[in-house]
Amino acid sequence: MEIHNIEYKHCDLIEISGRVDSSTAPELAEAIKKITDAGRFKIVIDMSKVEFISSAGLRVLIATQKNCRRYNRGELVFAGISKFILEVFDLAGFTPLFKIFDDVVTAVGYF
Amino acid sequence: MSNMPTMIFPGNYKSLEKIADFVKQEAQESGLSRSQIFAVENAVDEACSNIIEHAYGGEGVGDIHCTTLSDPKGFTIILEDHGQAFNPEKVPHPDINAPLRDRKSHGLGYYMMRQWMDEVKFDFHDNRNRLTLVKFKE
Repeated sequence: MEIHNIEYKHCDLIEISGRVDSSTAPELAEAIKKITDAGRFKIVIDMSKVEFISSAGLRVLIATQKNCRRYNRGELVFAGISKFILEVFDLAGFTPLFKIFDDVVTAVGYF
Repeated sequence: MSNMPTMIFPGNYKSLEKIADFVKQEAQESGLSRSQIFAVENAVDEACSNIIEHAYGGEGVGDIHCTTLSDPKGFTIILEDHGQAFNPEKVPHPDINAPLRDRKSHGLGYYMMRQWMDEVKFDFHDNRNRLTLVKFKE
């Protein structure tokens, strides 16, 4: 898994590529924590290069959404989810909990 | 039944990708579709993560033995460990329709593993957990 993040004026963009599993999920949690610890809670995750995500990765996403939504201070949204990853989200009952945009430009524009 | 390769992996999270590569290769050779292979990859990852976290109680404690079988009906993966006996009835059932604030963080992997596969069977004998996962061929 690789993570890159870009700080925009109105939100932060995180690009993840590769596998998010029990081995790599802590690294994702750490990358997100750096952003939220800086008081930034409007986050877009670009999932277009994610090949695989397990429940360990989903747990990080749920915890992040709970943290970001607190006091209405922000939100975690997604862009570029492949049909395979969308199937994982559907199975976990995630689709009602997150806004999912087709592309990063639209997702960043949401904030 | 044909092909019965068994691979032994150290029980740590770094093994998950290697286990996935092995199982995906075998699933592909057995003729599963791309979406079926993805389902198998997900189920095996959840199962192996559970073995490390719950049966062994952490990384570097024991090995995971992974055997695959292919027959005209389906593709089978058998995962064995020497950790604590696993009781599937003790795993809480997650509410996947709960609102955000009520989402619990555990039980999801086990639930998803059952959803991805057509058959899931646990048994424990000779101090060994054996999990049998089957995906039927389309």
